[in-house]
Amino acid sequence: MNERMFWPLVSGTIFGAGLALGGMTDPARVRGFLDIFGSWDPTLAFVMGGAVIVMAIAWRFVARMDQPLFAEKFFLPDRSDLTPRLIGGSALFGIGWGIAGLCPGPGIAALVIEPTAAAIFVVAMLAGMGLVQLIERQS
Amino acid sequence: MSLPGFPDAAPLAGLAGGVLIGLAAAIMLLGSGRIAGVSGLAAKAVGLGGSGISRSGAWAFVIGLPLGALLIAIMTGGLEASFAGPVPLVIAGLLVGIGTRLGSGCTSGHGVCGVSRLSARSLVATITFMAAGIATVAAMNAIGLEVLR
Repeated sequence: MNERMFWPLVSGTIFGAGLALGGMTDPARVRGFLDIFGSWDPTLAFVMGGAVIVMAIAWRFVARMDQPLFAEKFFLPDRSDLTPRLIGGSALFGIGWGIAGLCPGPGIAALVIEPTAAAIFVVAMLAGMGLVQLIERQS
Repeated sequence: MSLPGFPDAAPLAGLAGGVLIGLAAAIMLLGSGRIAGVSGLAAKAVGLGGSGISRSGAWAFVIGLPLGALLIAIMTGGLEASFAGPVPLVIAGLLVGIGTRLGSGCTSGHGVCGVSRLSARSLVATITFMAAGIATVAAMNAIGLEVLR
């Protein structure tokens, strides 16, 4: 285990703990949050709020740092173009999120909570990712 | 503590979970200089493109997710969850996989890391997938389609 793996493992573990503690590994809670016209469950607004506040502070640090603590440089997205691909892809993702109440992180974390259901979701998700890769390689 | 008018909500657990997610993303950002975007890291781990991080780093993060959930499950004596059946899970998984690759991110990369940075692309992506998710749940409820078991 080197530094390249250690910090991502620490981050992923805390991330998974946060998902579980915040209720995001329960699809009923996620769908309850999206059900604003029915019996709305605001819990996930607190999850997103807490995460965004901490990260907003982290970005202030990035602005004052020449390089990350354990890597040679920052690797950050720098695009700002709003494309049909971005919006269409996000819409497809949102539909899938709404159907089963799972997004990628909670789907993977739930492998220890409901292994069969989570594995079906994760395999289908990877297949979808593979499909995009396949089509893009051919064009 | 419960929210007045929302007896089923868990605001404190939600906030605590959110702070942990934020800390995790901050470790990834300030430590490794990378965005903690789960869809990109998962794609990278299995060799389907994704973020520029090393594959071993991507695997380390992805393996951490269930480890962390397991820790919480042990500490709290088990987690409640109800999941959809196989058919909706497959449809949803395919849409999530295709959508996050086309849209370059999901709830973590866009919704947490990008929104907190006020990235225009992430703000638009987040508004779009939230609206699509809300519309999907509303439409399914309208036709009486119950998927969770």
